[in-house]
This record gives sequence, C-alpha cells and structure tokens, in this order.
Amino acid sequence: MDTLYQIGRYAIFMGRVLSRPEKLKIYWDQLVREIDKIGISSLGIVALMSVFMGAVIALQTASAIDSPLIPAYTVGFTTRQSIILEFSPTILSLILAGKVGSNIASEIGTMRVTEQIDALEIMGVNASAYLVLPKVLGGVFIFPFLIAISMFLGVFGGWFICVATDITTSSEYIYGIRYDFRPFHVVYAFIKTLVFAFVITSVASFHGFHARGSALEVGRSSTQAVVYSSVLILLLNYILTQLILI
Amino acid sequence: MIEVRDLSKSFGDNEVLKDISFTFRPGQVNMIIGQSGSGKSVLAKCMVGLHKPDRGQVLFDGQDFIPMPLEEKKEIRKNIGMLFQASALFDSMTVEENVMFPLAMFTNMTKGEMQDRADECLDRVNLQGKNKLYPSETSGGMQKRIAIARAIVMKPKYLFCDEPNSGLDPQTSIVIDNLIFEITKEMQITTVVITHDMNSVIEIGDHIIFIHNGMKWWEGTKQDILRSKNQELNDFVYASKFMQTLKAELGK
Repeated sequence: MDTLYQIGRYAIFMGRVLSRPEKLKIYWDQLVREIDKIGISSLGIVALMSVFMGAVIALQTASAIDSPLIPAYTVGFTTRQSIILEFSPTILSLILAGKVGSNIASEIGTMRVTEQIDALEIMGVNASAYLVLPKVLGGVFIFPFLIAISMFLGVFGGWFICVATDITTSSEYIYGIRYDFRPFHVVYAFIKTLVFAFVITSVASFHGFHARGSALEVGRSSTQAVVYSSVLILLLNYILTQLILI
Repeated sequence: MIEVRDLSKSFGDNEVLKDISFTFRPGQVNMIIGQSGSGKSVLAKCMVGLHKPDRGQVLFDGQDFIPMPLEEKKEIRKNIGMLFQASALFDSMTVEENVMFPLAMFTNMTKGEMQDRADECLDRVNLQGKNKLYPSETSGGMQKRIAIARAIVMKPKYLFCDEPNSGLDPQTSIVIDNLIFEITKEMQITTVVITHDMNSVIEIGDHIIFIHNGMKWWEGTKQDILRSKNQELNDFVYASKFMQTLKAELGK
C-alpha cells in the first residue's frame, strides 16, 4: 500500500516538475550549471572506473580462455561486449546513482530543511520545476556522453593491458573488438542510459524534495535515493533487456 | 489589508488552529505572539499558502487566497515578501544574486536595472558593498538584513516575518526590528511578525494578537497588553524577570 502511495506521490511530483517553466532564460542557466555539476564533475570517476574495468575484463577473459582452440581475439570481443552491453550503461549508472543521486538528494533536502524551498514557493516560483527540471534534463543530456566516454575508455583499458602484458597482440585485440559488431547494441546501451539517467535524477530529487525536519532526515533521504534508484536500475535493466534485446 | 476569517487547521486528530479571525491593516506592524507550539507558525503558513487550512478564509485585499487556482495564487504571492527564521537565503548565490532573484524570475528588467534595484535595497538595509559575498561569508544579522532586502525588492504589499530575531543578540535584534518598522511605514506594507520576543512586541508592535491553545485568545495594542488582566496573556508576557520589572516600574 505504501509503495502505491509513494508511486502516486512521485507521479504527482513529476507532473509538477514537467509543467511550464516560469522563465526559460533562468532555466537555461540552471541547465548549463547542472550539466557541469552532474557531468563534468563525474568525468574523473567515470574515466578511472572504465579504464580499470576494461583492463580487468580483458585479464579475466584471457585467463578463462587459456586454450589453443579459442582464438586470441576473443579477449577483445568479450571486453567490448561486456563494456558496451553491461558495464558502461548499467554498472556505471549504479555508481553514478551513488555519486550524483546522493548529491542531488542532499542538496535539495538541505534546501527543504533550511526553508529555501518554502522561500521559492512563497515568491510564486514552482520550486519543483525550478530545482528538479534542470537536473533531470541535465542528467538525461550528459549521461550518454559519459557512457560513450566510458565505452571508449573501457575498451582502451582492455587494449592497453593486453599490449602491456602480452596477452594478445594489438591487432588481435582490435580484430576482436570489430568482430561481429552490431551497432544496435550501442543504441540499446544508450536507450538504457537515458532511462537510468531519468531514474537517478528524478528519484533523488523526489526524496530530497520530501525530506522533512533535520539534517538526520536529509541523510536518510540521500540514502533512500541511492537505494531506490539502484533497485529501479536493476529492475529496469532486466525489463529493457527483455524488451529490446531478446 | 489581510483578513483571516474562521480559520481552522488540524493535523490528524490534533486541532492546531480553531476558528481564528482577525484583520491586519496596511502601514502597521501586526504581531502574532504565543508560546512555542501554540500554532502561530502554522497560522502564518496557512496565511501564505504553505499549509492548506481545513476551513476558513484568508483574504488579501478582499481576494480569497485559499480556493484560488495556482496561477492566480502566484500573482498574489508576487506581492508577498517573507523573512524566514533561518533567513532561507540561497547558498549557491551571492548576496546580490539572492536579492535580484525575484526580479530575474518575474520581471523583464535588464541586468543593469536589476543591479540598481538590488543596490537600492541593500543600501536600505545598510549592506552597501557586500554584493559579491556568499551568505556563508556573512553574519547571522547580515543574513537577516539580506533576507529583508530580498523580501522588499519586488515592492511587496505584504511582508511576513517568522521569528525575525531568532538567534540574534539584543542589539542586532533591535536593528532588525527597527528596519521592519521603518520599511512598514515607508512602504505602507501590511506587515505580519510571528514572534515570542516581548522586546520586539514592545519595540515595534502596532497591533498584536495572542494565540493560545490554537485560539485567538487576545487582541489589542502594546499599550493594552501592559494593562490586560487576561491571565494566560499575563503568564506569557511576564514570564521574564525583565518584563516583571517593567510592569512593577509602570505600576509605580
């Protein structure tokens, strides 16, 4: 019953978020700021995780296929498939749910408990749209770029470790990453990314916006934001894969 | 003018406000006083639309605010300035950006015009030259003054102040009280101050209502307060030694 109630509240909240903005210029400025805050500030962690994950996938694949019957290019092929289909869009989104989601929830939650949201509403500003819409649009805009960078760096990390440790030659690895390449897999990854970006930013904003009381509540809303977004990402990952890929 | 008629509000079984009615006139500092938990903040929040009352009316210059559609409410809200207990300044904006925010949101002024108006308001609260500071770089008293500047930047017809002196030392409290009083008289605003600070009441109160157990228990001027025989009001007003001494002095 509580779940249904929360879904209803979320739907009403998103209805207000997606209503007509008061002044587009102000929202545009906010959007640019959010793209910087959500996207650019996440570049470091995205790059670091992607390079190392690509390298580890390549190493694990190489150790698992230590047989002359399996061609060496399988390392490149498996790394590409793992990175494009799952690591970049899903695992990285889970990581960003922690970083970006908790940041959004605590920022909006603090504004709630320090009456800044009340101040906006009394001025006649649609606080939910003003605070949340730029975050959702910013996230949906910038996440695909982050994921594209992650895909490139993940595959690069695999190549680097293969060449550096002599697991395969550079040309075998490159042959592997080009072998049986289906562009639709990239489209599938970006569709997932867009959905996950919306989930992370909107669910975190929802929890922050409805924080009440004290700093303790802000912390709780931040934790809830990460937990609910992560569960939703896993659930939607399954549903989208079933719908799009199978 | 703000009129409140038969306003009631409950949270679950707890009836916080019971059939409250009063009229606040322009050019006056109208004060809502009462103990913590008496319902005065809920009353103020019902008046500005942050809480929806169960029944009753809130009329801003004759227009019933509560049943209005959101778009019409927004128009009324543009005429409301509010000073919050914790100032509620936007942390990510400078002092100047905070003051300019309502102008940027609701007017078509150029950046230069907005800066001029923000300077005017910051001058009025004696904060010249602080434009580029962030709220975290200012003191509690300065934050209240910035919040007043932001509240008056749109030349509001109604000004709400929730515990304006909370957390301030006595001298700074007087500065804030005087600012609220002067601005009310200069701009002929209908000002509503929610407080339990009797110094403020004696300093600037023109019209006072006392809320007790969710009801309007008493109404009058600050001179009436000192003469009142109402037991609950006297218990509240003369709780401090300072007020007891003042009463004794007046008695002489």
